[in-house]
Amino acid sequence: MISLSELTQLFVADGWLNALLQGAVVTLQISAGAFVLGLGIGLLVAMIKLKGPRWLVRLANLYTTLYRAVPELLLILLLYYAGTDLLNMAMAAMGRDSVTVNGFIAAVLVLGIVQGAYSAEIIRGAIQAIPVGQLEAARAFGIERWLLVRRVLLPCMLPFAMAGLSNLWLVLVKDSALISIVGYSELLSVGKQAAGSTKHYLVFYLAVAAVYFIITLVSNGAFRVFERRINRWMPQH
Amino acid sequence: MDFSWINSFANELLHGLGITLKLLALSGVFGFLLAVLVALGRLSSNPLISAPLRAYTAVFRGTPLLVQIYILYYGVGSVFASYPLIRGSFLWPYLREGFWYVALALILCVGAYVGEVLRGALRAVPRGELEAARAFGMKRLMVLRRVWLPRALELVKPTLVGETVLLLKATALASTVAVTDLLGAANLVRAQTLRVYEPLLAVAVIYIVLAFVIEHVFSRWGKVPQRQA
Repeated sequence: MISLSELTQLFVADGWLNALLQGAVVTLQISAGAFVLGLGIGLLVAMIKLKGPRWLVRLANLYTTLYRAVPELLLILLLYYAGTDLLNMAMAAMGRDSVTVNGFIAAVLVLGIVQGAYSAEIIRGAIQAIPVGQLEAARAFGIERWLLVRRVLLPCMLPFAMAGLSNLWLVLVKDSALISIVGYSELLSVGKQAAGSTKHYLVFYLAVAAVYFIITLVSNGAFRVFERRINRWMPQH
Repeated sequence: MDFSWINSFANELLHGLGITLKLLALSGVFGFLLAVLVALGRLSSNPLISAPLRAYTAVFRGTPLLVQIYILYYGVGSVFASYPLIRGSFLWPYLREGFWYVALALILCVGAYVGEVLRGALRAVPRGELEAARAFGMKRLMVLRRVWLPRALELVKPTLVGETVLLLKATALASTVAVTDLLGAANLVRAQTLRVYEPLLAVAVIYIVLAFVIEHVFSRWGKVPQRQA
């Protein structure tokens, strides 16, 4: 087995610990970006499912069903290649040179689109869980449509959606590891590089797993605090 | 869009489908058995049993499956490869293949995720029903087999359907360690025909069909009306 001095040599002197931590920051950035994008898409799709015209509802149902039935890895490969290809075709049509897609933005877009399908279902359920009387009361006060959404619908929905959304964040952090397959250097890619160049596969993949585990542990704690805060307004049973 | 390659690669796709289904069945069955043990162990009042299992579920639910597969395949695999004794043994042909590492990773993962689900379900079964079963003189194992587990499974059936679809999607990660499952077959076609989307789209359709089949099969299961006393 590997000795302690070897470990310090690998992680501190050779700088791999630093590299891993930088990778972790990139992973968090990708996940945060994709989470926000996924929430936006989810909110839009949930609204469409609840109130939209029928053809749009069908389209929304198709999106949430298909994107939840196909493996994320396949979707990431598909969206990543198709996305860059479409962009380059568009650029060619406009008479411009082809561009290399920014890996970070591509990763956020791809993960965000996949996440949107899941968060749409969670948000739809949460909106439906709001007691109808609250919305009716708001309307009786003559509140405008958009203000109703902003002041009543969204804040009332949040406690119902919290558990699902916090779970989704954890899924997202773990799914972001799949981005390493298309080669953007987040946490797992850095771990791969480290493992490949030092030949200490077990050590570095365990280290990567430990960093992911710390991220999920800390997020779990943060969500628990946040959830307690939100639940102040929920009726006590 | 050109799908004319499908005829010449039908064998590869079918073979890939077989591997995906084999992974699904293997990890589904053994993972479920492990999950039952984990759930029962976590309900145990002995902290020497419940605490390690709690750590196990936390670790496997808190890290990406892809990383777990890498740890087993590259990490543990490279350790195995460094021992001549193991390289020479009859097990080596199995230990060299990604399939068994992925299967093991999936089983451990299902054990953790479904174990957590089952723990909640087992706790939700009313105590009185178990006491009634005991009062009839059933042994503990029989209570578990005839009353406790069936009632718990009934409670979490929709969740188990979801977990099975998630498991199907998770098997696609096998393609990352050179297993030619369904997605691996698509990658093979991509490499040989230089078509980017068509193989991926074709395989996506197969995954969708499989997901619907799973949901359909599960929704039929357990619909038999209860016999009235």
